[in-house]
Amino acid sequence: MKLTRCIFGSLWLCVLIVPASAQSLRIGSKAFTESYVLGEIAKRTLADAGFASEHKQGMGKTGIVWAALHSGQITCYPEYTGTISEELLKSHGEITTGEMQRELEPFGIGMTGELGFNDTYALVMPKELADRLRISKISDLKKHPGLRVALTHEFLERKDGWKPLASRYGLNMDHVAGVEHTLGYDALLAGKADVKDAYSTDAMLAGGSFSVLQDDLGYFPTYKAVFLYRLDAPIKAIVALRTLEGEIDETRMIRMNSEAEKTKDFTEAASLFFNPAFRKSAGGGAHAPQGFDWTLFLHKLAGWTLRHLELVGISLVLAILVGVPLGIVASRPGSLSHVILGVTGMIQTIPSLALLALLVSVPLLGIQVQTAIVALFLYSLLPIVRNTATGLQEIPSSLRESAAALGLERSAQLRKVYMPMASRTILAGIKTSAIINVGTATLAALIGQGGLGEPIVSGLAINDNRTILQGAIPAAILALLVQFGFGLLDMLLIPKGLRLPAHTE
Amino acid sequence: MIELRGVSKRFGSDYALHPIDLVMNGGRTTALIGPSGCGKSTVLRLIVGLLEPTSGTIVVEKQTVTPADLIGIRRKLGYVIQDGGLFPHLTSRQNILLMPKHLRTAESDSQRRLNELCELTNFPADGLDRYPVELSGGQRQRVSLMRALILDPDVLLLDEPLGALDPLVRSGLQTELKEIFQRLKKTVVFVTHDMAEAGYLADTIVLLQSGKIVQHGCLEDLRERPANSFVTEFMSAQRSLVQL
Ligand SMILES: Nc1ncnc2c1ncn2[C@@H]1O[C@H](COP(=O)(O)OP(=O)(O)OP(=O)(O)O)[C@@H](O)[C@H]1O
Ligand SMILES: [Mg+2]
Repeated sequence: MKLTRCIFGSLWLCVLIVPASAQSLRIGSKAFTESYVLGEIAKRTLADAGFASEHKQGMGKTGIVWAALHSGQITCYPEYTGTISEELLKSHGEITTGEMQRELEPFGIGMTGELGFNDTYALVMPKELADRLRISKISDLKKHPGLRVALTHEFLERKDGWKPLASRYGLNMDHVAGVEHTLGYDALLAGKADVKDAYSTDAMLAGGSFSVLQDDLGYFPTYKAVFLYRLDAPIKAIVALRTLEGEIDETRMIRMNSEAEKTKDFTEAASLFFNPAFRKSAGGGAHAPQGFDWTLFLHKLAGWTLRHLELVGISLVLAILVGVPLGIVASRPGSLSHVILGVTGMIQTIPSLALLALLVSVPLLGIQVQTAIVALFLYSLLPIVRNTATGLQEIPSSLRESAAALGLERSAQLRKVYMPMASRTILAGIKTSAIINVGTATLAALIGQGGLGEPIVSGLAINDNRTILQGAIPAAILALLVQFGFGLLDMLLIPKGLRLPAHTE
Repeated sequence: MIELRGVSKRFGSDYALHPIDLVMNGGRTTALIGPSGCGKSTVLRLIVGLLEPTSGTIVVEKQTVTPADLIGIRRKLGYVIQDGGLFPHLTSRQNILLMPKHLRTAESDSQRRLNELCELTNFPADGLDRYPVELSGGQRQRVSLMRALILDPDVLLLDEPLGALDPLVRSGLQTELKEIFQRLKKTVVFVTHDMAEAGYLADTIVLLQSGKIVQHGCLEDLRERPANSFVTEFMSAQRSLVQL
């Protein structure tokens, strides 16, 4: 009784949360520092123009955020001209800003003028290594095919990414691997990789430990930052966004990026932009790092944990409600059983990140909490379905015969004999699902849905292990608690007769 | 009374039971006997409707066994399977009272019936709240028997009720079963391997071989007027076992 009330409570909560923000503007951003900061700048600018707005931080890669904008889940997000022409419009050769604006129009999307800075791709190396090997241009890499190249997955896959770059420069590197951006910097510093891709405004480049290789053949297109917005956004909001045109140059952006990585506070970094002193000179010294604020952290932790539990709880309950009946059907011989186990098994083989990306592109889902819940639900199905089916199949045929011969109807056989006897196996399946679910739910942060993944995603974005641990440790503890909780539940739900040690005669 | 008319059972291309005609009279005890795999359990499974006959009809207490009437017929039958078939997640009491509870029989009625059965089967009352794993083999058989008798069925079917027990317990229970059968005056059909047991407990013996009835009669008939050499061999093999 209490449990059901609790479940319905959280379902209700979920219903309340989602449409509550329908009235306000939503700003999206991709999962890296600069995009976060630009998103915060847009939020503040729109707030100053009188719009209540919400920033869905770090929603993911280009495809996800673009889909969210296109389907109306967000109103605007920061993008780069190079990405727009190559990835979104798939145009060949350079096109002007004006042409881009015209080609975006049929999508219902508008584009502000350039904000000022050019955040193009670049290849970087540890400065000391580059100096030693006398490498200053990308062409110089040709003489060193043995250098280990660690590229972000996005750069590896982009049409204007690594492959055409290598063929343009005639590079034939022996080791090319895909590594997440900030982990790539760690690899470079630790001497585990030698070359990686970077953005020309990366905060990491401020310190002077890395050399940016000159793009001597002019390969990289320009990546001027702009905002993309929906043409159906309020005119006043569009006007407000356009006031940012030409206001942010490279120095300012690098400065804000490094401020963001130092303070781990994007709002704070973005607020620099609105500080008149900063506008005059971007050079100045950074803030001294502040001491760790425990009250703030615990407050945030409580929020993340609650959200995490909500994601896990709702998706798990749905998975039980659907998975157990499916498992019962699958326990009976026949082709339906193969179909059910086959499909749920196949879902499990889709990498969780890919599943999330797939679901985001489904029309009715998109960037919202339901999408994360659907993904977690699908992920939780297999262990529950499979364990329910095997638990029921494992019941000895002599007991099935007894149950039938007593004159119990099929439903009564299931309720009074089969389900209690399979309870241990079914609970084990639910427990597996719950534990997987606690871990996988951290991915919800990738589409801006919070939970304990939020500090992990932002930690990865700003290259800060401490922030990552703020999410990773509680998530691990939560998984242990779930495991422990199910241990107690076993005592409660598995009939005593099945827990007794077998009689030895 | 149970009647099998031209009943056969085929699994794939093999006949577990060739078409047989068999009448088991009401109020009498019939033993099914024969070598392992000859089709004894198959006969009982067909009567309870756990198997559908390949041919023929089965009539239990004037009611033809059809899939539609199965639930009703099964509630008039008490069936104890080869290894007891007690549900491990239920105590003895819960096992026995599963059906009365399901049928919402008045608590006081089923309690009275339970007490009678405990007395009939000689089952210690403190065993009622133990789980099957906490009982001895003989006690488990008694609980299975009580579960089969709780709805006061017209017919009692027992598949090797004493099969898995050690000889001492077994002979004790044989005496008890004989008494129980005499007191109940029900139609009883039981399966056994042991000719002495069949002769002691049953009025009529049905000897099966490879899915066919070889001889049907009392112990006297089988001993004195064997139908063929197989019956003679079977009887002498059993006798030599006893003489060992
Ligand atoms: N479900 C089934 N599928 C295929 N063959 C079966 C099936 N059930 C029984 N049989 C076969 O039917 C024959 C008769 O089986 P049955 O269980 O009636 O033997 P039984 O006389 O009870 O033997 P036992 O004394 O060993 O219990 C055996 O050859 C057995 O292999
Ligand atoms: Mg048998």
